[in-house]
Amino acid sequence: MFKLIPRENVSPVLSLLGPLFSVGLTMIVGGILFYFLGVDPFAAIKMIFWDPLMSETFSTYSIPQIFIKGAPLILIALGLSVGFKANVWNIGAEGQYIMGAIFGASFALSLYPLESIVIFPAMILIGVIGGCLWSMIPAFLKVKFQVNEILVSLMLVYVAEQILALASLGFLRNPDGAGFPGSRNLNQYTSASNAEIIAGTGIHLGVLLSLLMVIFFYVLLFRHSLGFKIKLLGNSPKASGFSGDNPNKLIFLCLTLSGSLAGLAGIMEVAGPAGQINIDFNVGYGFTAIIVAFLGRLNPIGIFFAGIVMALTYVGGELTQFMLNLPAAAIQVFQGMLLFFLLSFDLFVHYKIKLKGNK
Amino acid sequence: MDLSEINFAVLVASLIVASTPLVLAALGELIVEKSGVLNLGVEGMMIIGAVAGFIVGVETGSAYIGMMAAAMAGALLSLLFAFIILIMQANQVASGLALTIFGLGIAALMGHPYTGIKSPQISTISIPFISEIPVLGTMFFQHDLIVYLSLISVLVIWYFLNRMRAGLIVRSVGEDHDVAHSLGYRVVTIRFLAITFGGAMAGVGGGYLSLVRVPQWTEGMTAGAGWIALALVVFSGWRPFRLLIGAYIFGGITILQLNLQAIGVNINIALLSMAPYLATILALVVISMSRFRGNRGAPGCLGRSFVKIT
Repeated sequence: MFKLIPRENVSPVLSLLGPLFSVGLTMIVGGILFYFLGVDPFAAIKMIFWDPLMSETFSTYSIPQIFIKGAPLILIALGLSVGFKANVWNIGAEGQYIMGAIFGASFALSLYPLESIVIFPAMILIGVIGGCLWSMIPAFLKVKFQVNEILVSLMLVYVAEQILALASLGFLRNPDGAGFPGSRNLNQYTSASNAEIIAGTGIHLGVLLSLLMVIFFYVLLFRHSLGFKIKLLGNSPKASGFSGDNPNKLIFLCLTLSGSLAGLAGIMEVAGPAGQINIDFNVGYGFTAIIVAFLGRLNPIGIFFAGIVMALTYVGGELTQFMLNLPAAAIQVFQGMLLFFLLSFDLFVHYKIKLKGNK
Repeated sequence: MDLSEINFAVLVASLIVASTPLVLAALGELIVEKSGVLNLGVEGMMIIGAVAGFIVGVETGSAYIGMMAAAMAGALLSLLFAFIILIMQANQVASGLALTIFGLGIAALMGHPYTGIKSPQISTISIPFISEIPVLGTMFFQHDLIVYLSLISVLVIWYFLNRMRAGLIVRSVGEDHDVAHSLGYRVVTIRFLAITFGGAMAGVGGGYLSLVRVPQWTEGMTAGAGWIALALVVFSGWRPFRLLIGAYIFGGITILQLNLQAIGVNINIALLSMAPYLATILALVVISMSRFRGNRGAPGCLGRSFVKIT
């Protein structure tokens, strides 16, 4: 048998190696899975990880798509990572993402067809507030009544999905839409459209914001005392109390950040790539972002790369679906597997392993 | 709207059916948490149970064999979780989430060819004599085997935890794994067993959902039932009987909500569909406000990794 010896310092090399190793292992095990699904594993893996970037036929479309799909993942994961560090588990980002979109879109559509330059920034702000308000519910209940934030934030995802249905079939339904579900298309409403900033690519303001947020969070976590306080709360709540920090304030802060960013991602998506509020608006970015946060080791720079890798599996996944007829759920399995390998690899980051009996 | 269309006895009978998956999954999780492990993957294990149970049920034509397959599938998936958190020392919260994401994906993949098929029937067993009692008979004594099993499980688990030595050992491992270890109990083995049991129970709960409750396979059909089961454990204060009551209250809200939808009451369907989730949040708030205090009864080592340092 073997024996675990805790490392005094987390090995930075292994900590970096973990995500790379996990992606590699996921490719191998995923390949085996594809084989059993009757798909050529080498073709599938190549199509997921290589073709979107390198193939001449796909890359002109795929590369911008990676950034478009990566932006919400990065935004949400950045917010979540702060909470995860502090042991505040907001896993309801999907709901906050939906509410951000509904809040922002409701505001903009209520002004339709008025055109004004202030509508767009106001809409974004209201979207952020919408996401934030939704995350304030678990925050308030946790601080006031010690209710578990995991369960509350998750339950609120299902509530948000129902509100989404309510909006797309009811109060936001396009009056000129011949009775079909879904709101007016915000892309056809100049003042509220999150239009592309590089012509022909679909890259929108959200992509730019996701990059800026990476820098902002890097500074916040590593160059500001707040970052230290958050880590302290996560590692040792008692010490955090002794040093005079108010844990309740930090809980609110963590949930404000994650809710606001999920809301931002939501409003950017609905006014940009999605275009309208509809019943199938949310596609699980809020949940995938949890994987992104871990894959990026809760580090802003790491999250950026993790977001890109995960977006790659989305874009590549669509390709395999289209070209090889691979079921869409295969990519979800792929992502779950990745998280498993990653979490398991942490053992080697935190412990040294010694074989017993052979000195 | 006509409220008299709702038959009270039938309503109670159907709320018991609606609650059974929750009772099963939550009882499993209760044991897991009593051993000091927080498995947030209940949703994933339930949906794997649902899909495996349905496939085997359809292929063999027997709902009972399907139910067994569901238990095995749930247990198998939970072993993965057990390995990652007990051997690889991974964070329990994150691993549980991974289990849910993974389970939902695998289930969608496996279940795809089986969408829209009807499942084999499960027969109800009317208990002689007492099932003839008007109203009460319809409510409680004309159910299928699994419902009776879920009720017996409540009793057995209560007895196991409170009256048996083995149950006491499980609890001691959950309260303080270091002390239990120094007393010579095998913490990792006990937790492995507890997690596997929890997985099997969640699997059966899922199987009941796809084979009896719905009975059909649709992607993502658990729709948060696993998470509600987790909430029920907290709500119950880690007590089997209160867990049962909680599950039935919850099932009652779901059934009432569905009945109101069916008779076309003048409330938006989306608002009614929210009710179970809002009720869960409310229940969690009430239980933490009350003098029982939500965390009383929570095992001391819940969610903490055990590292043997010798």
